Amino acid sequence: MTALELSRLQFAVVTVYHYLFVPLSISLSALTAGLQTVWWRTGDPRHGRATMLVGKLLMATFAVGVVTGLVQEFQFGLSWSAFAQYYGDVFGPTLAIEGMLAFFLEATFLGLWWFGRDRLRPPVHLATIWVVAIGTLISAYVILAANAFMQHPVGVSLDPTTGRARLGSFGALMTNEVVVASFPHTIAGAFMAGGALLLALGVWRRWRPRPGASGALSACSPQLLASSGRRAPSSTDDDDAAPTWRLLARVGAWTTLAGGIAVALTGDVLGKVMTEVQPMKMAAAEALYETTSHAPFSLFAVQRPGHAQPTSLDVPWLLSFLATGDPTATVQGIDDLQAQYVSQFGPGEYTPWIPVAYWTFRLMIGFGVLATAVAAWVLWRTRRGRDLEPDGRGWFALGDRWLTRVLPAIPALPAAAATFGWLFTETARQPWLVFGLFRTADGVSPTLTPVELVASLAGFALVYGVLAVVWVRLVLHVSRADLVDLHPEPTDTPDEDPVLEPSY
Amino acid sequence: MDLATLWFALVVLCWVLFAVGEGFDFGVGMLAAVLGRDEHERGAAIRTVGPVWDGNEVWLVAAVGVTFAAVPAWYAAMLSGLYLPLVVVLLALAARGVALEFRGKVDSVAWRRRCEVVLAGSSLVSAAGFGSVVALATTGLALGPGGAVAGSGVGRSLAPLVSWPALAGALLGVLAALLQGAAFLGLRTTGPVRVRARRVAVTTAGVTAVVVAVLAGVTAPVAVPVAVLAVVAGLAAARRWEGLAFAAASLAVLGGVVAAFVAHLPVVLPSTLEPAFSLTIAGAASSPEALWVITVGGVLILPGVLAYQAFSYWVFRRRVATGREVAGGLRETPRSGARPGGAAPSIRACCASPGRPYRG
Repeated sequence: MTALELSRLQFAVVTVYHYLFVPLSISLSALTAGLQTVWWRTGDPRHGRATMLVGKLLMATFAVGVVTGLVQEFQFGLSWSAFAQYYGDVFGPTLAIEGMLAFFLEATFLGLWWFGRDRLRPPVHLATIWVVAIGTLISAYVILAANAFMQHPVGVSLDPTTGRARLGSFGALMTNEVVVASFPHTIAGAFMAGGALLLALGVWRRWRPRPGASGALSACSPQLLASSGRRAPSSTDDDDAAPTWRLLARVGAWTTLAGGIAVALTGDVLGKVMTEVQPMKMAAAEALYETTSHAPFSLFAVQRPGHAQPTSLDVPWLLSFLATGDPTATVQGIDDLQAQYVSQFGPGEYTPWIPVAYWTFRLMIGFGVLATAVAAWVLWRTRRGRDLEPDGRGWFALGDRWLTRVLPAIPALPAAAATFGWLFTETARQPWLVFGLFRTADGVSPTLTPVELVASLAGFALVYGVLAVVWVRLVLHVSRADLVDLHPEPTDTPDEDPVLEPSY
Repeated sequence: MDLATLWFALVVLCWVLFAVGEGFDFGVGMLAAVLGRDEHERGAAIRTVGPVWDGNEVWLVAAVGVTFAAVPAWYAAMLSGLYLPLVVVLLALAARGVALEFRGKVDSVAWRRRCEVVLAGSSLVSAAGFGSVVALATTGLALGPGGAVAGSGVGRSLAPLVSWPALAGALLGVLAALLQGAAFLGLRTTGPVRVRARRVAVTTAGVTAVVVAVLAGVTAPVAVPVAVLAVVAGLAAARRWEGLAFAAASLAVLGGVVAAFVAHLPVVLPSTLEPAFSLTIAGAASSPEALWVITVGGVLILPGVLAYQAFSYWVFRRRVATGREVAGGLRETPRSGARPGGAAPSIRACCASPGRPYRG
């Protein structure tokens, strides 16, 4: 492989990996803040315990997000130094503002929140986690604005003396119509990720069938729960634990469902913006070669040997409607766009990799719909104090049983949807790095050698692999342990003597 | 002073704040496994940086961000020219951050021990890596036209590491982190850890002063104040003026980093091939519009950042004790026979008498 291909592969690997943790940080910080707010207002111990559990998950997730995010900030200089020089005016201020405005808030206030439980007054302590949650949203917006520039460059001009891009308006960069559309879509997806994690944990601890158990009620019997984790001094009684796990499952399910609906609505808006600014991307998503009016939406297509046309399951008029809002509108096809770009930018290949675009688009939607459906099922089955019945009889109980069997896969559904979404939007932008202005092939560090890239890829694969295993172990550990009340100290921080002198 | 020069000053400020903040974080990471005789003591040592290390590390994010924003050509040349060394540092930082955050989240001796070993090793690699990168930024890279370092194979970006400046920089980076970390632990802990930390601070200060003085004789007399500050830190630690010891150690780090950055002004990254290929402030800077954006952003945002970081240090101003001392001799975990990784025999020897009385 060439240095260009390896650089692209490396960027894809470290970015997709980083983005497994980002949505969880965004949603878990807001969920922690929300749960703690309810606890503060009502004093309900369920919400306090849920706050602690979600907070622990957030701490673990945020740590991995921070260290992998640091790699992202270096990537532009490490492997894409030509791009960094050319677009330093756009990406530099964006990353700098993100670091100064948002990242400091998140890191400092998360430390204050976790370690300051016994040192800050409750309202101040609650405020710190809200600051973290707001910081993650600012971060997301600014970084998405940088990405939106690559999809739809605005606010720059070419400097004739230096030959580099020159920032014209930072405001235009931050109000790019693509970021205005992609931010809500991304945040809604992030809430699906956090919601699905809480849903899976809550259902697992509350309704998981156990060997030898029969009937839903025995699932929360004391001796079974007692065997599931070590006892900490401030742990809750088993009778108290079940309502908290139920609360987590329900909160997670509501979050996933609301996120799923929001993701569909905002995705529709984003699709229309994309059709306008990058028609090739949406044509590739549909594998629509010819410009068509009343265009159908292909749910699914296979190319059979010996057939010129692929066999496709179509919904008539839907593509025209999705792309423009008008079922009779004309949608531009790949062949026409290719011809148009050749006349505009000179000879070249302007078509992305169609099968990847077609399938990642469908997998994104499919995994998102599946996660939303699971959340709706859990909400309906647990409505008004009802329980899941994985040990019961009948079709509904069979559904519950299957749900509890595939629980570990549930948090992976929104993560898979987000991953395929990013793979779609970034690969279907090719061959451009900045659409219409700068090609990916021109951005790579000019003297980087393939051997260096193979070495760094191996290093990232090894360390990131270990990190993933450790993170999963930690999440499993946290979710197996007993619940802890919000106020007492964490187990690793023993009570401190109040007479300890200040250091300074 | 034009905007580009102002921003160069602010870039240096961010790097200095990163070096000072992470300097003691790295030092505590290396020393916790050595100075703590059991997991309570190691836990107390690590808790001194627990609430603040993440905020300190964000200064790296800010420093890289403003470097990219203000002088993109420099950012591009440094990062692509030192590709593999920086990837190693990033991987070490990744392991470090996760070890710090995950250590206390699982209640198991083996898990904590593993996290402590990873923390010590990755802190060592990070401190050495940043030390050599700063040194190489001073002496320059083999920059060709366009600010790219040419070469073949892995040697392209690894070769600069096998040079006297890089090795000296790595040594100084580790020494500075140890000195600052020991002074910080002396300031922030109680009991035996505090006593041992002070002794390590005295020893490291002496070694650092000698190494810096030798370097000052060989290359740049500029380094003399750094050596003096190291001596002050050592003397203060010996007299148990822990605040002064930490301040002097931090000033030594500050002086070293500033000296490295301004060594060749207005050249910011010298080319060892041809002076014409060296990067200057004017040539590497971004356009006035971009500089204005980060100036306004920096002026509005950074004072607030400094204020709430100071608030965080204020909230966590009390010394950190081990749970054992506080609980009155209650010992839950038997001491493990294995010695924690990364413990140098000389450091063990210098803190081998824990029975001495201590103040506080």
